Amino acid sequence: MSETKNITVHLKVWRQKRNEKKGRFESYTVKDVSTDSSFLEMLDLLNEDLTKSGKEPLEFDSDCREGICGTCGLVINGVAHGPQQAIATCQLHMRKFKDGETLTIEPFRAKPFTPIKDLIVDRSAFDRIISKGGYVSTNAGSPQDANAILIPKKNSDLAMDAASCIGCGACVAACPNASASLFTSAKISQYALLPQGQPEATRRASQMVDQMDLEGFGNCSNHGECEAVCPKQITIANIARMRREFFKAALRS
Amino acid sequence: MALTSSMLFSSVGKKLLNAVSGLTLLGFILAHLIGNLTLLTGNSDAFNAYGHFLIHKTGVLLYVFEYGLIVFFLLHIITAVSVWWDQQVARPTSYKKTASGGDTSKKTLSSTTMIYTGALILVFAIMHLITFKYGPAEAQGYTTIVDGVEMRDLYRLSIEVFLKPGYLIWYIIANALLGLHIRHGFWSAFQSLGLNHPRCTPILYKLGIVVALIMGFGFVVIPAYIYFKGGVL
Ligand code: HEM
Repeated sequence: MSETKNITVHLKVWRQKRNEKKGRFESYTVKDVSTDSSFLEMLDLLNEDLTKSGKEPLEFDSDCREGICGTCGLVINGVAHGPQQAIATCQLHMRKFKDGETLTIEPFRAKPFTPIKDLIVDRSAFDRIISKGGYVSTNAGSPQDANAILIPKKNSDLAMDAASCIGCGACVAACPNASASLFTSAKISQYALLPQGQPEATRRASQMVDQMDLEGFGNCSNHGECEAVCPKQITIANIARMRREFFKAALRS
Repeated sequence: MALTSSMLFSSVGKKLLNAVSGLTLLGFILAHLIGNLTLLTGNSDAFNAYGHFLIHKTGVLLYVFEYGLIVFFLLHIITAVSVWWDQQVARPTSYKKTASGGDTSKKTLSSTTMIYTGALILVFAIMHLITFKYGPAEAQGYTTIVDGVEMRDLYRLSIEVFLKPGYLIWYIIANALLGLHIRHGFWSAFQSLGLNHPRCTPILYKLGIVVALIMGFGFVVIPAYIYFKGGVL
């Protein structure tokens, strides 16, 4: 373990007022940041300073602060969720940065992610994609016997991997095309691999892809940046599965 | 109902068409490269006979291939430009700073320049057709006799063209760009077709580099050989 110390960081932060068309970068310096503190705690410190000096605090999203809710998300020095792999922004610690370093902080940028304020963007496009089939609409009834439906271990593992998507939007933020393919493919894959997902598989694949396109996300060019920034390490093998599901749907419908 | 046009032109459908057409074009240029190797035999009859075979012995098949190629080329360009255009629209405010997430990312110089390398391939293809297909023929005295049949002397034309250093340089540049296009294009096409497998995909990814190198250098070796041998093979 590296020793705890206090560092100073310089920030270039995107600020955008509510209903303002264009934002701008503002520079701040945050002193005495413990390297044990999280990135968001560092921003909390900034907000304390701003509040004390009568300025408008910086708005950013966060909720659980333990990497499971998918609420937080910032682009730090050009990388969604910052320089460390397989974590959400809230799990990033200041020990990853050097004393005196300048950090550029931007919101997740994509046309469907409309800016709300400062670093907060509207990610309800994801909810609308889910609403087109990211669920199973059978009446579950009372609990079934364990193993009443047999599922190969490999499939249940892959389905669980896909289901670990927390919908943070980092895939869109990191994609050079602002494509939502990784998100949508995870939500399709988690059912495509399980028997319970089969009755609605056709409708699910075609309608969720349609909605993804309607929202105005870009196409997938297979750059694979999404996989590299995903806090849950969802792989682009899911995107290939989404495509197969879509082709199957096209042939069946 | 099967495949509807809206499905084909959805984000997933577009990439399917782009991949199928891209792989078809790749198949074509591979065959083209192998055919051109007859130039290196130094036997003018071999190359001319090959050209003669394609033009006069394949019958209607030649037109099927020619028009098919045009259709796939256009399909590739239309879907490619559409993918590229969507991407311009999908991020109205660009990032001040961008960096790669690293790790498993497959973002490379190749993957981010597809539209530019593609556009230059198009320019190259048009100029290439002007030089050869619509270049000097029998009327300009480029005739030869192979197996007792009079035909266009494509061998002479090829040698003459590649003795000009400007052509050689242009071919080196254009084919390097083709190689760059294929470096990402090859594995990406399989991914677009939904073909991803934990064991095969890493192999395809590496194979793409090999194919890119073969394409990039293969088409340069021929003109370079002609140039440095002074046309006497
Ligand atoms: C001999 C000529 C060509 C070959 C062999 C070729 C091959 C390929 C292949 C295999 C792909 C991958 C498809 C995929 O990602 O699914 C591709 C993608 C692409 N090609 Fe070509 N191509 C050629 C010509 C062109 C031309 C003339 C353009 C002109 C605009 C072009 C633009 C593109 C673009 C922009 C992409 C990437 C699409 C994306 O971002 O997803 N290509 N090409």
